[in-house]
Amino acid sequence: MRRVAVIVFPGSNCDAETLAAAQAAGSDAYFVWHRDTDLRQADVVILPGGFSYGDYLRSGAIARFSKVMGAVTEHARAGGAVLGICNGFQILCEAGLLPGGLMRNAGLRFLSRPVWVRVEQTDTPFTCLYEKGEVLEIPVAHGDGRYVVEPRTAAELEATDRVVWRYVRDNPNGSTHEIAGVTNAVRNVVGIMPHPERRDAPALGGQDGARVFHSMEARHATQHAVDVRAVDDRHLRV
Amino acid sequence: MSAFRVEVRVMPRAALLDPQGQAVEHALHALGFGDVARVRMGKHLVLEVKAASRDEALARARAMCDRLLANPVTEDYDLAVDGGAAR
Repeated sequence: MRRVAVIVFPGSNCDAETLAAAQAAGSDAYFVWHRDTDLRQADVVILPGGFSYGDYLRSGAIARFSKVMGAVTEHARAGGAVLGICNGFQILCEAGLLPGGLMRNAGLRFLSRPVWVRVEQTDTPFTCLYEKGEVLEIPVAHGDGRYVVEPRTAAELEATDRVVWRYVRDNPNGSTHEIAGVTNAVRNVVGIMPHPERRDAPALGGQDGARVFHSMEARHATQHAVDVRAVDDRHLRV
Repeated sequence: MSAFRVEVRVMPRAALLDPQGQAVEHALHALGFGDVARVRMGKHLVLEVKAASRDEALARARAMCDRLLANPVTEDYDLAVDGGAAR
């Protein structure tokens, strides 16, 4: 059972579903308030969706400086798994933990509907239970979901297999290279614009998103990237 | 120390799609302003910065832009400072 910290910012609104999805997958999941600096020996950190700080200035721009983000950055630098969903993805980009940024949807409208994404990479902590090439139906709910990145970085993301999910059938928001989710160079930090926590049970219309959370547990026995142990709240590389 | 009024203009990077600017342009065309093109839309921030000199106020404002006010991946900014009336 992995310890999963779901960070709550003022304006987060997908925190409860995200916690429930992690718990349903068997994780020991709990909330951490944005003013806390202690992740309580988390194995995995999830930044949930919502509208932190009202999306003022830019989505994620202010949350990125909240107190907890120092600990999240430290956790990521030590090799710990981090997932940002929707607003969480925006925050990770603003924090520089993921490349690129998310801008206003090309069609300007706020989108709240199912989309289809193809799983492009399965060697991340959040996709290891999927098959490469699988197409998932997962909803989006965003106004600022257009992923943009400089052409050179986009080419690098492609060359190093860091596009984790890609929109198929249509590109709902005008994202560069139809990118719906990316990972960092070490592959422990992952961002996704659609909401896997909203499709993790048949009662929610489908469970295509459930394995994002089950993957966290599956990785426990076979974690090979960096072996990190938490001792007295500190992550030690061993 | 004086208080300097610094104006910050933040614009989406020229190479990036600016759907808000496009929507405004379409609306202008629909209103008969056919002579307008390449409308782009950004943000304008007005700051009062306490500093010893105009240059220092500008340097501080630049640091604020690099840290928070503009996202270097998606936006460019420029600054203007007034004469610096003492408070």
